[in-house]
Amino acid sequence: MTTSPDKVNILEIKGVTKRFPGVVAIDKVDLNIERGEVHVLVGQNGAGKSSLVKLLCGMYQPSEGEILFEGKPYSPHRPEDAFKAGIRIVYQELNLLSYLSVAENILFEKLPRKNGLVDYKTLNRKAREALEEVGLDISPQTLVEELGIAQMQLIEIAKALSNESKLLILDEPTATLTPREISRLFNIIHRLKQRGVTIIYISHHLHEIYEIGDRVTVLRNGQKVETRSIQAVTIPEIVKMMVGRDMKEEYLFRSEVVPGAEILRVEGLRYRGNLHSISFGVKQGEILGVAGLVGAGRTETMRALYGADHKLAGEIFLNGKPIKIKRPKDAVKHNICLLTEDRKNQGLIVEMPIYINITLADLKQVTKMGLVKRQAEKKAAERLVKDLGIKTPSVEQTVRNLSGGNQQKVVIAKWLFRNTEVFICDEPTRGIDVGAKFEIYNLLWELAAQRKGLIVVSSDLPELMGICHRIIVFSKGKLVGQLERSEFDQERILAMAYQEYIKTGIENTKAQPAS
Amino acid sequence: MQTQERIEKPANKGKAASITRRFFYLSLREAGIGIALVIITLIFCFAAPYFATTDNFLKIFVQISINTVLAVGMTFAILIAGIDLSVGAVLALATVVGAKIMISKELPVELAMILAILACMGVGIVCGFINGFITERWKIHSFIVTLGMLNIARGASQVVSDNATINGLPQPFVDFGNVIIWGIIPTIFLLTIVVVGIAWFILKYTVFGRYIYAIGNNEEAVRLSGHNPAVYKIMAYTICGLCAGLGGVVWLLRLNVGSPIAGVGYELNAIAAVIIGGTTMSGGRGSVIGTFLGACILQVLNTGLQLMGVGDNFRPIIIGLVIVLAVILDTYRAKYLLNARRV
Repeated sequence: MTTSPDKVNILEIKGVTKRFPGVVAIDKVDLNIERGEVHVLVGQNGAGKSSLVKLLCGMYQPSEGEILFEGKPYSPHRPEDAFKAGIRIVYQELNLLSYLSVAENILFEKLPRKNGLVDYKTLNRKAREALEEVGLDISPQTLVEELGIAQMQLIEIAKALSNESKLLILDEPTATLTPREISRLFNIIHRLKQRGVTIIYISHHLHEIYEIGDRVTVLRNGQKVETRSIQAVTIPEIVKMMVGRDMKEEYLFRSEVVPGAEILRVEGLRYRGNLHSISFGVKQGEILGVAGLVGAGRTETMRALYGADHKLAGEIFLNGKPIKIKRPKDAVKHNICLLTEDRKNQGLIVEMPIYINITLADLKQVTKMGLVKRQAEKKAAERLVKDLGIKTPSVEQTVRNLSGGNQQKVVIAKWLFRNTEVFICDEPTRGIDVGAKFEIYNLLWELAAQRKGLIVVSSDLPELMGICHRIIVFSKGKLVGQLERSEFDQERILAMAYQEYIKTGIENTKAQPAS
Repeated sequence: MQTQERIEKPANKGKAASITRRFFYLSLREAGIGIALVIITLIFCFAAPYFATTDNFLKIFVQISINTVLAVGMTFAILIAGIDLSVGAVLALATVVGAKIMISKELPVELAMILAILACMGVGIVCGFINGFITERWKIHSFIVTLGMLNIARGASQVVSDNATINGLPQPFVDFGNVIIWGIIPTIFLLTIVVVGIAWFILKYTVFGRYIYAIGNNEEAVRLSGHNPAVYKIMAYTICGLCAGLGGVVWLLRLNVGSPIAGVGYELNAIAAVIIGGTTMSGGRGSVIGTFLGACILQVLNTGLQLMGVGDNFRPIIIGLVIVLAVILDTYRAKYLLNARRV
């Protein structure tokens, strides 16, 4: 059927699947992008949007299926391949070289040369043109480090435009922009469209897509739900498609575990870059869920609470008594722990054996006069390995060799060894396969049954609704509300999570840090 | 994630396979360096005239001492992913301070000797602590901080000594430095072995040692586990300084003069010994035993080549190649181990 290349479609994704061990990131997705359209991709966190972008730019290779670009098979292996084919991507994270000038950044891939040297005249002229295009009135010679975040974002876009791109992918381009800059960006998008550039636009901000989009595709759990014309769909309909109806209820909610007295209370917590004050509490034997979009301030709040990052204000009460937490050491002293979302880089010492990781937070228990009692240490570790069902031939196994689920269990074992009372778990099941996920849920329940307080941050809504007593929702740095278990409703939570993003005309909190 | 099957396998295959692999894993690093040392020594025994003589080994033991003591301290700094460029200069400062105290006329000889040794160690501890404190307090790379200390300590040693060597150390001290046990082991080498042994014990068995390796591997994880890595890192730099001070004591025992130009460039030899000994510059991996063997390899090469008639000009070239070769071999070893564990 591809013998006569479809003139309409610039990009055809046919039955593409991307599997990771234990996880299917993209599941048989068929997607056509028409030449010259602005195609919007939406979906919840983990729905497969980023994976799709990574497939297109060559960072991932599909496990199955094929991609056609301009009618020809397209299988990039490196970002340069995408670049050569005329596909440009503006990532959410900035990839600029701070100590080089704006001009050098914009034209970095194709620095104009003369006799083997950089031709600065041409460079600056071309850069000025590119800057004009995005409406930035700065000198091309400015160093990137002197710019604000929003300006950097526009430089990224200018960079993508400076090279003849046929397909431009914008991944959450407005996350850091103020409304004025956003409308400027939309003007640019309209102009590009007139020039015939095709655009794939990824956004959490649903109201935006009506201003620029032609068609919208909703992804959920790695699958395509539907592609629709923007005119023929409403925001509630999109949300419904994102949420889906197939909610799993196999989470083992244990109704016999009833929350008791409040164990930890946070009052008026503020961290750098957020104007809102955050207050919440967690009870003994309670699992408190924290919902919200990526970047809504959940991780930042938890890290500030734990003392991992600096906090500007806020009081913390443990069992009703005020405590001071300036650094993780203080939190640990008060038996509060944080299971970071980035296990490998922040939670574990992956190059070291399991037992060393397990005793790391409370080595005192197995030391005598400054010496480590290795036998006692290993014995304690072996006990926890058994209790938690960590699959490993021995406690001397290097943590790197464990699966994600077992690594997470090692982190939990570390804090159990210390007799921790409050567990803050940031994305405890990210990157863990389904079977192991349920073992982690069981463990969390076990902890709740032991009257510990648990705070679980997760981007997986069904998961939160399955295991939590209560859910608080963050939206754009603000704690927008809480729901009791009886009130749990996926659409309602999602609406709350989007609440602050949908409001237009409100100054973007991120673009104007609090201090 | 992809490791689920990986763990099951060795368990099923039985213990034999995993024990063999473990043996390989544990022994490869130090044993490999040890084997290299033995091979090099054997080659020189046959190829270099006079190499296999008691006198020559005695000479090697003497010459090896200072670098080994410095390298032991350097191991601590490198294990936490830092570096200490100031050890040579701190050694010089320790020698002039120690010598000054020892030749003082007011103090009884015994007391002067003891005070001098303590002063050498004190100089090292202070310099090392300052290195560590500045590095951690202002989060400056230790390369820069210790580069500064290199100049400061060197300058200070010139000020203290008035830019002249300090002679006339007390006879008992000089005699002690010249004692040779069983006709082959000089006291200063024995001292060196004691330093190596203590450092090995600290790193292997103490809580502090555990934290040093943990910090070198993943400082953030240690911090988030409720520790203050800065404290342990400052201690590591202080130990490195202390070793430089002890290096000053060994220098005084061996050469019997305090000198402001002592130890120029010694920091690089110490780093070379640590690297040949298998400690990685990124921290968290390595051992003092490896460092000791590394220092031995350097000295054996130097002496052996000298006896073979390789001139002063060519020897550095060969030694330079050996340093780079050792690190290249280490990358293969690391790769092999990674693959072995992945099977």
